[in-house]
Amino acid sequence: MSSRTPRASGYFRTGYAQQFALLQTRLETRSLVLFVIALFAFPFFASAFYIDLASQVFLAAIGALALMLLTGYAGQISLGHAGLLCAGAFTTGILAQELHAPFWITVPAATLVGALLGVVFGLPSLRLRGLYLAVSTLALHFVVVYLGGEYESKRGFSTGITLDAPTIGGWTIYGGKVWYFILLAGAALTLWICLNLLRGRTGRAWRAVHAHETVAAALGINVAAQKLLAFVISSALTAMSGALFAYYRGFVSVEAFSLFLSIQYVAMIIIGGMGSLLGAILGAAFVTIFPYAIEAALMRLPDAQSYAGVLFAVNYAAFGVVMILFLLFEPLGLVGVWRRLQTYFLLWPFKHRPLERGRK
Amino acid sequence: MQLAVNIVVLSAIYALIACGYVLIYRVSRVLNLAHGELMMLGAYLLLTTASLFGGNPWMAIGAALVLSLVVGVLVYVLLMRKMTGEMVLAAVLTTVALGILLRGVMVLIWSAQQQYPGQALGFSNPALVLPGGARISLMAALLVGVTAATYLGLFIFLRFGRWGVRMRAAGQNPLLAAQRGINLHAIYALAWGLSTFTGSIAGMLMALDSGLTSSMMIIGLKAFPAALVGGLDSLVGALIGAAIIGASEVLSIQYIDPLLSDVIPFLVLIVMLVLRPWGLFGTREELDRV
Repeated sequence: MSSRTPRASGYFRTGYAQQFALLQTRLETRSLVLFVIALFAFPFFASAFYIDLASQVFLAAIGALALMLLTGYAGQISLGHAGLLCAGAFTTGILAQELHAPFWITVPAATLVGALLGVVFGLPSLRLRGLYLAVSTLALHFVVVYLGGEYESKRGFSTGITLDAPTIGGWTIYGGKVWYFILLAGAALTLWICLNLLRGRTGRAWRAVHAHETVAAALGINVAAQKLLAFVISSALTAMSGALFAYYRGFVSVEAFSLFLSIQYVAMIIIGGMGSLLGAILGAAFVTIFPYAIEAALMRLPDAQSYAGVLFAVNYAAFGVVMILFLLFEPLGLVGVWRRLQTYFLLWPFKHRPLERGRK
Repeated sequence: MQLAVNIVVLSAIYALIACGYVLIYRVSRVLNLAHGELMMLGAYLLLTTASLFGGNPWMAIGAALVLSLVVGVLVYVLLMRKMTGEMVLAAVLTTVALGILLRGVMVLIWSAQQQYPGQALGFSNPALVLPGGARISLMAALLVGVTAATYLGLFIFLRFGRWGVRMRAAGQNPLLAAQRGINLHAIYALAWGLSTFTGSIAGMLMALDSGLTSSMMIIGLKAFPAALVGGLDSLVGALIGAAIIGASEVLSIQYIDPLLSDVIPFLVLIVMLVLRPWGLFGTREELDRV
């Protein structure tokens, strides 16, 4: 780790320590420090609206990172992500409402429930692949949401469960800025977990399972166990995100966890770029900010108020169009655009690499 | 008796929708998750043609059916054609995105309010009393008949029709089919057209029976477990699957809990995926092909 060489000029790593290092170059270290400072400074300069937006991005990023682990790395398709979010949110809601459990119990409990559900969601993956697996997770999503709705109607919370502001050691967590930092910490923790999983043995095993199951098994990887592990970790993180979502909103209702939410999460990792953690974060930001951008654009048009009623329909249509455009024309997502930009500047004034090999 | 009639009607609805899933899957191995929305689009097209050809209901229905066929072909030519040969997930997600797009566009054009194309066409929908005292609305009875006719038509077409044989060939082995001079793109476009066509028939009849709201595509989504339970590549399977799903849904609403109606098809689907993932009549190799 003594010499930090620029990545651009070639592959200079000579030891495992260097291979595992997260930051390769001085520029990377500096830009990371600047980025962290910017993240910490942001809530002190931005308005409440932008703080809320950033918090939503962090929440979405946790879920998107979890889904990226599962789909982008382990190669297991899931359309049931909203069901897991729902499970996390409802566990939190039920524990807080019925037992008045504090924050530091409900969130781990939700994570645990998520992990258990991960086993349930993952069991079909032992037998099914591709399309059929996606379908089975889709079906489980409906079952979980149904159970949530059943609880709501049987216990008389027909409009949803309200949650009090959580307290930790006498501190009440309240206000946009405090939540901003909590969700930032949550997202950073998730990113850290993902990074460590992926550069270790587990991550390599997942990539092998993704690439070819038979070969992975021949290499001594327990394919079934690794698949289940991917589902369990991904689901636990997602449920944690759901629990934080419940506290952040102060309100839990099954209506929030429609199939559309699952699709939004899948869209995040597609738009961001499959097989990249940066992609998950970029995608989460894109999909979260997108409806607000559409709204802002619509309000600029003349006669703005008349569009207010159809706003959600415009959102739907525009979201569908964007998703189709990415699938058709940029399957690598935003990360693909970013890498192309990087390559362009690295190689300038040339257009192509001297020897085209698999880009990292 | 009433229960049996309800089961038959619901099964007929599911069967008519499910054959659209099967047609596309069997020919091009794509699961079309926008089928519910395409079905609804057919119903909304009928609403528009009803106001265009106000005096002539049959003309309106015919125009809407032709339009829906065109829409299906256009979806393939403009969108899904680019996804042939891509990852399965990418193709499925494209249909999901198409569904979202259609949902938004339909609300923008036709608004989200409940509408009655039956009134616009001047059709009445009286309740018929069957022997045994059960009641069935005229449109529901029509729907059962149309489903039977559609399945019969599809069966004859796939079995004996020149294009039907080509469709089966393309579904069995695209490479060999292409080498025998079958135009795969034309076949796929035809499958999409036919699938949207049959879906639209279902959508129109349901709209004529009970009105048209934006929640109709949920029925479209619930029909897809029917296709899967029967086996995604088998039309007979779709029929049986629809009967199983329809029966279990009606019975559980009657005897257990009405809230179950949205989840029962998916519960049956999960059971099926655990026991026999390739479906009752599907071929086992399908699992490895996707």
